[in-house]
Amino acid sequence: MIDLSLLPDGGMAWLEASGPGSHLVVSTRVRLARNLEPHRFATRSDAAERERILAEVQSAAADTSGLGRAVRFRLDQLEAADRQLLHERHLVSRELAAIEPGGKVRPGGGLLVQDQASVMVNEEDHLRLQALRSGFALESAWDLVATLDSELGQRLAFAFHPEFGYLTSCPTNVGTGLRASVLVHLPGLVLTKEINKILQALTQVGLTFRGLYGEGSEVVGNLFQLSNQTTLGKSETELLDHLGKLVRQVMEHEERARQIMLRDATAIIEDKVWRAYGLLRYARTLSFDETMNLLSGVRLGVGLGLLPNVGMYALNKLLVFSQPAHLAAAQGRALAEDELPIRRAAYVRQTLEEEVGRRRPSTGAPPT
Amino acid sequence: MKCSSCGERDGVVSLTQIVEGDVRTVSLCAKCAAEKGIETGVGVADTPLGGFLAALGEAAGPDQALAAALEIACPGCGATLKDFRETGRVGCAQCYSAFDAPLRELLRRLHGSTHHTGRKYAGGERPREREAPRQDNARELREQLRRAIASEQFELAAELRDRLRDRE
Repeated sequence: MIDLSLLPDGGMAWLEASGPGSHLVVSTRVRLARNLEPHRFATRSDAAERERILAEVQSAAADTSGLGRAVRFRLDQLEAADRQLLHERHLVSRELAAIEPGGKVRPGGGLLVQDQASVMVNEEDHLRLQALRSGFALESAWDLVATLDSELGQRLAFAFHPEFGYLTSCPTNVGTGLRASVLVHLPGLVLTKEINKILQALTQVGLTFRGLYGEGSEVVGNLFQLSNQTTLGKSETELLDHLGKLVRQVMEHEERARQIMLRDATAIIEDKVWRAYGLLRYARTLSFDETMNLLSGVRLGVGLGLLPNVGMYALNKLLVFSQPAHLAAAQGRALAEDELPIRRAAYVRQTLEEEVGRRRPSTGAPPT
Repeated sequence: MKCSSCGERDGVVSLTQIVEGDVRTVSLCAKCAAEKGIETGVGVADTPLGGFLAALGEAAGPDQALAAALEIACPGCGATLKDFRETGRVGCAQCYSAFDAPLRELLRRLHGSTHHTGRKYAGGERPREREAPRQDNARELREQLRRAIASEQFELAAELRDRLRDRE
């Protein structure tokens, strides 16, 4: 099993709930798609070419400040459980991790991680540069990835067209190659049934939404990833400003929905929150979907100030650590299908108990 | 609300027209709106390849010509438009020059533009051997313009007209 302790903070500083708007926004991600001019793109390249691409990227990255100290992984040399672990930490895509049943790992698939920046190599594009930040932090995520882009761009020959901009394997990413996404928790809009109207409005102004794990993943636990739909015709700053403006509007709608619920249905909301907390605190088996939905209730309670004994950081960590590969890693062995819900419930219980202990006000005499 | 043009499909876009001070709002389905050159944003992004092949069909004319166009290979990687239709992925950077017209049309449909206005790439340390941007051939442009007008692709026609004007 791979040793993720090599990564400072396990590559998960984005979970710490320290960023702006952390009561509503879990994290912000900005990624840039880049390809190397002389090489064929992913669907046409063979194993030898992928090896060369990986070698070129690793050698270029070694000279940069953004990735000079990076921890390197080769996906094609990792066990399925380890690949899934990296995927659950949002460090590699489902595609590169090849975790679908019968999924094949591409030769030369690589990952370089340093602090909150990383690069996937030989994914759909030769390079996918990404920065992941805690909370609503488009600007700082962009700064991080833009610096990395400049540094790598000086050492590698990126495929760039004078009119179309950066060229990518899929035409939906051409131009800036930029996809920025904000993972936002919207239980208020879901409970007041306003969410469909809002999501529909967002798709009409160039935004798209996905689930917790990006493209093709379902929305669970009322967590929506809002991101830009188009990548060409607008500058990076325009795309980020547009997304930022709309996310702020969605956050305002969410705050309003929460206040209305709390005003008009206080008992119902309090009951929902405490029931969710009670189940997580004492249940003996928990499925992943149920956990996500209950965590949403608890997160709402924390946001509304109804639950004093839980912190957002603990809730964010539960999003990741209650998943199958992480539960298996904690046990140090593979878990059978029927064992997972039991282990998950035990882990969640333990985490919430520790939270109570940690957050309970001290009963001792105040220091003099 | 049903489409006011065909009366069959559901309307997805509202069009407000002001004619001599008279305000009229009509609802159009994606197909009728596209025929009138109105971007709806609906359907286009969902089926980029569908739109792409439609554009390709219009450009290539009869089926035989379409079949031939699908077999032309990119000099860079050997990929054909048929490969692109099957995978939805471009084979290499050169494909964007080899299949300039259909990919340009696809980019316009996907993003509403073909002009990158973001970060300019200054180039890496290695010498880059990109060929100079292909000079538009005026006769080819005029022919593309004629086809664009015939197939009522007015946005494309306007772009082609501007490019012709720039040359002259």
